[in-house]
Amino acid sequence: MDKKLIYCDNAATTKVSKKVLDAMLPYFTEEYGNASSIYMLGQSAAKALLKARETVAKAIGAKTHEIFFTSGGSEADNWAIKGMALNGAKSGKKHIITSAFEHHAVLHTCEFLEKQGYEVTYLPVDEKGLINPNDVKNAIREDTCLVTIMFANNEIGTIQPIKEIGEICKEKKVPFHTDAVQAVGNVEIDVKALNIDMLSLSGHKIHAPKGVGALYVRGGISLPNLIHGGAQEKNKRAGTENLPSIVGLAQAITDAVQNIKEKQEKVSKRRDRLIDGILKIQETRLNGDREKRLCGNVNISIRGVEGESLLLMLDMYGILASSGSACTSGSLDPSHVLLAIGLPHETAHGSLRLSISEETTDEDIDYILETIPKVVDRLRSMSPLWERICKNEGITGTI
Amino acid sequence: MIYSEKVMDHFTNPRNVGEIADADGVGEVGNAKCGDIMKMYIKVDDGVISDVKFKTFGCGAAIATSSMATELIKGKTIDEALKLTNKAVVEALEGLPPAKLHCSVLAEQAMKSAIADYYKKQGVDPTPIIGDIGDCEDCHGCH
Repeated sequence: MDKKLIYCDNAATTKVSKKVLDAMLPYFTEEYGNASSIYMLGQSAAKALLKARETVAKAIGAKTHEIFFTSGGSEADNWAIKGMALNGAKSGKKHIITSAFEHHAVLHTCEFLEKQGYEVTYLPVDEKGLINPNDVKNAIREDTCLVTIMFANNEIGTIQPIKEIGEICKEKKVPFHTDAVQAVGNVEIDVKALNIDMLSLSGHKIHAPKGVGALYVRGGISLPNLIHGGAQEKNKRAGTENLPSIVGLAQAITDAVQNIKEKQEKVSKRRDRLIDGILKIQETRLNGDREKRLCGNVNISIRGVEGESLLLMLDMYGILASSGSACTSGSLDPSHVLLAIGLPHETAHGSLRLSISEETTDEDIDYILETIPKVVDRLRSMSPLWERICKNEGITGTI
Repeated sequence: MIYSEKVMDHFTNPRNVGEIADADGVGEVGNAKCGDIMKMYIKVDDGVISDVKFKTFGCGAAIATSSMATELIKGKTIDEALKLTNKAVVEALEGLPPAKLHCSVLAEQAMKSAIADYYKKQGVDPTPIIGDIGDCEDCHGCH
């Protein structure tokens, strides 16, 4: 029997789609020219680059010249934040507003800037994993040079009130950046309607390859370079363009934003079946708002079990998932996102994230829902923590 | 981070899982906040650990080190068991990722704590025999 493999970690990375791969292939061995070269081969590369830029811009409601290709989401975040920090410092503005549960590409960049003498406000999030736009409003000061708030959270999938935050920033004339790595392709995005000044996106979350992304920078904002060198990306980001991947990104974003409503409906139905099914297990809780949530995200804490052993055991059944436990975070503390929404450490250690895609079938959901109780039963039956919870709270059984 | 085949074997098929109802010694170490708790039960006959069982809440390495530690002390005399170090558990598991070494320390402490409990039940002060076991609070990583 073939070993089952149900990939439920699309928030970590995705499979490159056949369509994307086919679009990319000619750019390795046939259209391999350097877009900066004058001869035909170079010029056709430059044309493909322009076309990709137009495509990506259109997908998020931006203008072509407002798209800068990068190596991915992290670079785009670093560029936007460090760039605006440098700009701000020129006029004595050295205050940045962000949230407590951003991706590390944003958080660690902000922490780096704190060491350089900047002040950073980390806005709290509520227990449902949402930021209150009023908190943004109240945190803005005369010397605020940037507000950076993620579009959708990568762990618990909550979609933030970006439009409201955009309006506030516009009114207060403070540049607004959003890390939309998880949102692009899952949520409809129009940067103009949402008053977004800068937006980071990544290819490998939407079935393009790893190592490519983009930063949208609204016309009129002059962002200093992060990478110096050649004249690529309008002199703003040096380095020969990664054309095969950029073409792949353009194809992927086209596919991702096409029929987005249909996709949301289809995937969120399966997500809801998963959530309802897993919550039937006793002593479980959904992390993050139920409604304002990415269509593919499930994040549930299961008391009395530890996340890494849960993942290893699910892997044996062919289910590939992720967790916010300390053991999987690479540190001794569990996920900062789960702690930010107020989970106690022990509950955060037992979290399970399943991020499904359009490829996840109803049969896959059935299989996952059959398997998880078995795995939880096995782990709880050998867990002294579960034994203690049962004893203290009068619970019987394991699932 | 990659686990050895031996670790995966002991995680997948842990040896000696369970409880001993009439155990002669029970030890529990670790805490929920850090994400690892190990509980070990021993049965002692004529100074020999005739049976041992464990229950563990924790990661793959925590379960595998508990399993290996029980296997290494089963059938051994208490004196022999007390010579078991976390290093020996790690070696028997063909290595652990550096971030997981604390799990092996926890397994050694769980075993020693069960033996200490056995001595206490016998009316013997375990401290001169076993020494300071140490506990999870000694690991400052999570605080």
